[in-house]
Amino acid sequence: MTTNLVLALTIGGLFASGVYLMLSRNLIRVILGFLLAGHGINLLLLSTGTYGAPPIVGENTDGEQLSDPMPQAFILTSIVISLAVSTFLLAMAYRNYTVTKEPELEDDPENDEFADADAGAGEE
Amino acid sequence: MTWLLPMAIILPITGAALTLVASRRPRVQRAISVTIISIQLAVEVTMLVSVERTGPIVMHVGGWTAPLGVTLVADELAAFMLVVSTIVALAVLIYGISQGIADREVGPEVPISIFHPTFLILVTGISNAFVAGDLFNLFVSFEILLTASYVLLTSGGTKERLRAGAPYIVVSLLSSLIFLAAIAMIYGATGTVNMADLSVKLAALPAGIVAVLQAMLLVAFGVKAAVFPMSQWLPDSYPSAPAPVTAVFAGLLTKVGIYAIIRVQTLLFPTGSYGTLLMIAALLTMVVGILGAVSQSGIKRMLSFTLVSHIGYMLFGIALGSETGLGAAIYYVAHHILVQTALFLAVGLIERVAGTTVLARLGGLAAAAPILAILFFIPAMNLAGVPPLSGFLGKVGLFEAGIQDGRVLALILVIGGALTSLLTLYAIIRVWGRAFWRPAPEVTGRIEGDSLGTESGRSLAVRIRAQREAQKRVTHEKAAHLPIGMVGATTAVVAITLMMTIAAGPIYGLAERAAATLSDRSVYVDAVLDSGVPAPPGATQPAGGGG
Repeated sequence: MTTNLVLALTIGGLFASGVYLMLSRNLIRVILGFLLAGHGINLLLLSTGTYGAPPIVGENTDGEQLSDPMPQAFILTSIVISLAVSTFLLAMAYRNYTVTKEPELEDDPENDEFADADAGAGEE
Repeated sequence: MTWLLPMAIILPITGAALTLVASRRPRVQRAISVTIISIQLAVEVTMLVSVERTGPIVMHVGGWTAPLGVTLVADELAAFMLVVSTIVALAVLIYGISQGIADREVGPEVPISIFHPTFLILVTGISNAFVAGDLFNLFVSFEILLTASYVLLTSGGTKERLRAGAPYIVVSLLSSLIFLAAIAMIYGATGTVNMADLSVKLAALPAGIVAVLQAMLLVAFGVKAAVFPMSQWLPDSYPSAPAPVTAVFAGLLTKVGIYAIIRVQTLLFPTGSYGTLLMIAALLTMVVGILGAVSQSGIKRMLSFTLVSHIGYMLFGIALGSETGLGAAIYYVAHHILVQTALFLAVGLIERVAGTTVLARLGGLAAAAPILAILFFIPAMNLAGVPPLSGFLGKVGLFEAGIQDGRVLALILVIGGALTSLLTLYAIIRVWGRAFWRPAPEVTGRIEGDSLGTESGRSLAVRIRAQREAQKRVTHEKAAHLPIGMVGATTAVVAITLMMTIAAGPIYGLAERAAATLSDRSVYVDAVLDSGVPAPPGATQPAGGGG
């Protein structure tokens, strides 16, 4: 397996910007960040096998180099999972918007308004 | 017996589909999910007996043999965890049905009732995680259970739940990404994701690469298990969910992370590297967690902190790496799943009776609801490790393993564990004293102490007092009318925690045998790699088999 500098930098860049976006309180940014980081990891998965060669066709391969199908199967699964999770995240962002009229999450002042720790917080 | 193995996954996922189809008929939904999980429990008990008798059960899905296909494996640890987790799932399901959580969701706001399908998908994910024989399948099962948990945690879509759920979701997503990156790198380094195959191939890699791979996996699982520096999300998100959801999350989700850590540490990286780091993490998890619990004023948040804190005990046993330590850790995991679930179910009952779980507003529950008092007291004492309950037995086992180990750090951990146990007792006694033992009216006078000076304050105080009196009557009435299913489910879990004490000999023996199987990796590896159709290396698989 040869390492590809451009690919490595792309993966690193995607992952870094994805994580940066996910740290935001804006749910839309979280979704974008998750998708970017997910793409970074899909590329990482792809780069672990042999790629850039013909896929497996039939059984007679004539000894030529073939692409590794396993990472592609992993990526396919990972894409499906990303789809499900981003659907959920979009629904959540929309719900948050309808409830609060803000794309960002609510403030959480010392958890004061929480079911459990509400008025009793800090009272001893 | 091999056919039993996939049933643990097929049953709940089929149940999820059926309940989704029957989403407009709550009664049918209830019948389906209870039946399915009961059958699943029966299957898993049979599986445990079979594993005990004849060794690990292995199944190669679709006939693709070990390093290539999806492999399901049930050794003693997996079968034991399956049984415990399904008992908890069944109890929580009955409790939730009785509480009416599932029915109330059908309304104009929510188009279909999603509690039952989501809960069954959660159970599928948990079962799949225990029997997964390769890392990628483990990742998929984590995703299944996490996605279901996102839905359950934010169910209803209120502002509070969204606010509490978002950090949980973002943290979980990030840990999943780290896990997937770790899988990619492991595949790049070894060309396989099958755990049995990896345990052979990882040994041939340079130590530096192995250290990186192990660190990535431990970080990913550490987030899920809520190990100290990565545990802050848990007490923030769990308390806001409905009682049965919190109970099943607290009981099972973090333990799946612990299970994954046990698997990885024993099977893939048996050299005991990172042992020191894990021990320090265990110590900090215990102490920092319990200090958080002591300072909480709400029962749910207090219990969430004890949950984090007691993860430290299990991590301690794993970090020691000895067979005694692992056995004690496995027993402790089972004990903690049951006790933590019992406590959260009991807190759900408290909430129902008193209308709140804020300590400052609770009082007089022991007189108002004696059954509830017993249901809270037994698991509470068990959590604190009061002899002769199972929490005490687990801790003794861990301390014994720590002293056997003899390292200074292990001894410090034993001291830290004892301290944590005492502080747990303190935190629990505080709840007991305030919510159950002190008379209810006292709190009324104290709360309004500051506002009595003013006229409006006085009339407010009178009004609040009248409300309190009314609430006291209501409390008695509510306690008398607690749904039988909720009390029954909680009683069942409490009874099983007592079983862990009474039948401690056989159960501890089972945990020790599971630990012995883990320590002797060849049992697992041989079972996976040698079973199935023996194919000569390089032989082509039949095309079109599907995955």
